[in-house]
Amino acid sequence: MDSALIPEGAKRCAFPKFAVGIAIVGAVVLWGVYAMLLCWFKGLNQTNMNDNYGFALWIWADLAVIAVGGGAFFTGLLKYIFKVDELKNIINFAVIIGFICYSSALLILAIDIGQPLRGWFIFWHANVHSMLTEVAFCLSCYFAVLTIEFIPNILENRQANKIPFFHHLAHNMHGVMAIFAATGAFLSFFHQGSLGGVAGVMYGRPFAVREGLLIWPWTFFLFTWSAAAFGPCFTLLVTKITETITGKKLVKDNVVHLLAKISGWMIFTYIIAKIIDTIYWAMVTAPGLGFDISRFYSDNSFYGYWILLTEIVICGVIPGLLLIMKSTRENPALRLVAIILGVIGVCLNRWVMVLQIMAIPVMSFDTWALYIPSWQEVATTVLPVAYGIILIAVTYRYLPVFPQEKELNSVEPAAETK
Amino acid sequence: MNKIENKAHKFGMVIDLDKCTGCGSCMVSCMSENNVPFKEDESNKKDSITWMRVYKLTNGKSFPDTEIVYLPRPCQHCGGKGDHGHSPCVSVCPATATDYGYDTGIVSQIYTRCFGCRYCMGACPYHARYFNWWDPKWPEGMEKYLSPDVSPRMRGVVEKCSFCFHRYQAAKDKAYYDGRDDIEEDEYQTACTTACPSGAIVFGDLNNPAHRVHEIVKPDPHPWPNNPNVVGKSRNPNVFRLLERLGTNPKVYYLSEREWVRKAGDNYLDGEWDKIKNHHGSESHG
Repeated sequence: MDSALIPEGAKRCAFPKFAVGIAIVGAVVLWGVYAMLLCWFKGLNQTNMNDNYGFALWIWADLAVIAVGGGAFFTGLLKYIFKVDELKNIINFAVIIGFICYSSALLILAIDIGQPLRGWFIFWHANVHSMLTEVAFCLSCYFAVLTIEFIPNILENRQANKIPFFHHLAHNMHGVMAIFAATGAFLSFFHQGSLGGVAGVMYGRPFAVREGLLIWPWTFFLFTWSAAAFGPCFTLLVTKITETITGKKLVKDNVVHLLAKISGWMIFTYIIAKIIDTIYWAMVTAPGLGFDISRFYSDNSFYGYWILLTEIVICGVIPGLLLIMKSTRENPALRLVAIILGVIGVCLNRWVMVLQIMAIPVMSFDTWALYIPSWQEVATTVLPVAYGIILIAVTYRYLPVFPQEKELNSVEPAAETK
Repeated sequence: MNKIENKAHKFGMVIDLDKCTGCGSCMVSCMSENNVPFKEDESNKKDSITWMRVYKLTNGKSFPDTEIVYLPRPCQHCGGKGDHGHSPCVSVCPATATDYGYDTGIVSQIYTRCFGCRYCMGACPYHARYFNWWDPKWPEGMEKYLSPDVSPRMRGVVEKCSFCFHRYQAAKDKAYYDGRDDIEEDEYQTACTTACPSGAIVFGDLNNPAHRVHEIVKPDPHPWPNNPNVVGKSRNPNVFRLLERLGTNPKVYYLSEREWVRKAGDNYLDGEWDKIKNHHGSESHG
């Protein structure tokens, strides 16, 4: 039915099967859209946020998708600037994942603000002292860069590529992509960082505040570093999921091993910096404000030391070690464990830096505030996931996303790739 | 007028917690004066708006040693680290919808510019900022009794105590009409101050030595030697500010002769309070 659109030589499932899959996920999208419309038309009273939890599930989701979407800028930086050529075999997919993550982040922000029609005020009345202003500018610009990076892949669709203009445009865009990759890396450095800065500059919140360099708190650098470290984990995880669902090998092992190795060293070095930051904060920063570290992890029914241990050791040190050691990195099961732990770790870090900050009482006579999101919040948070699944399914079906797919799925695949 | 001119005001208040009975008059007068909306069901206090909120504190001891104190908490109108005007909320607002008045020391909220990101609420450790989760709904006929001097707020924006800024504007208008350069102390008083039956709230210009608030607080204009971010620390041993160690530099001070009450104003490590409790401003101005 749609065979004329499918990349030449690629095998795809029958259209009805594809359509049924899209319809199922599409139902989830509709559920999310319904919740989104409720929030827009009835207001944020549809959520369980309150005056203690001005930042809640959505802001966590926003920070989390941007962190895991960091694979796009970091892989682009490695491929186009540092000339790690093997990564050309996964860069398309990294860009698509980044595009999904960043478009989701913008959508979430559009739902999250109380007056969506005034969203442009952040650009028009920009406060240069606010980290959120920096987030808005860099995020929007980087989304434009990701769109530019995505366009050549779209133009490589079998039918679009028959049109000479599109063919040449895609070819020429590939030729100048290094400029956009460099721009993207620059913008990402600042918006990933400024998202960390959002928490680090809150000097009224001893759990969040950090010292830093000039105007940037240490969380600025830690967020950028962690996105570069864990973002590739998410790229590898989604690649693995796509391979499992399609039943095909899509990227050669040497490419996966290389990205996993780079990610491993980034995680390992990041987690050392994170441990140093945590120790300094716990021993110097917080006590200087009258807070013993135990105040942040006791007297409540949820936030205990377990969350700190899970984030730093189980989902930081362990995946870092598993990915830097050749034997464990090249073991498919252990590698999968490592990248799953890594993705959980960075998401947990963002959770802590959004929701735990809001939960902790600062005034001595205040109390902990715990929060459970409403179904509308859950539905609108699931919405980007469902949208992402659909976009990946459509792009995989109709675009030459994986350059090695044809080679890996010929009658006799190379032994090394098994 | 800007911060370098000597005539700049620094409006603030001191609340005598030993006089406060917790009657709630300040809360009621504030809501009435400022057209603060309310819900049909106010049982969930975490999403209801109370610019002035009265907290109940206890010394944690059992009978007969139990003591309680009521602590009214308006917006603290923080001057920020070093008192440079970078309040926790002002510095984070991405759209400049909340601003610091260097001529008054008042932190304003521009409702028509706020787009409801709520970053300011997260940055404020006092919970002094409130979000309009709903559009305001007044009981039938009540809209006729709203104050014409204060604009009601719409759904989706943040609001907070303004130190009854409209009263300051009215006082300035009157002074201008009378041909005077400045306003008198009693010409600008907040609604909560005038409503308090026990006279627990004193409001005025912290920069004016003739004002009662200055006489009680005796603010130290120099940075506190223990923490250079803290400016304006009281030289009155019974006066304190909430979370002073964070360097937010509030312009709301509290007065109590009871040590446990003063200690409750901030956070201290074990044994730290005894070392720090007798530090009242820089030595040279003690």
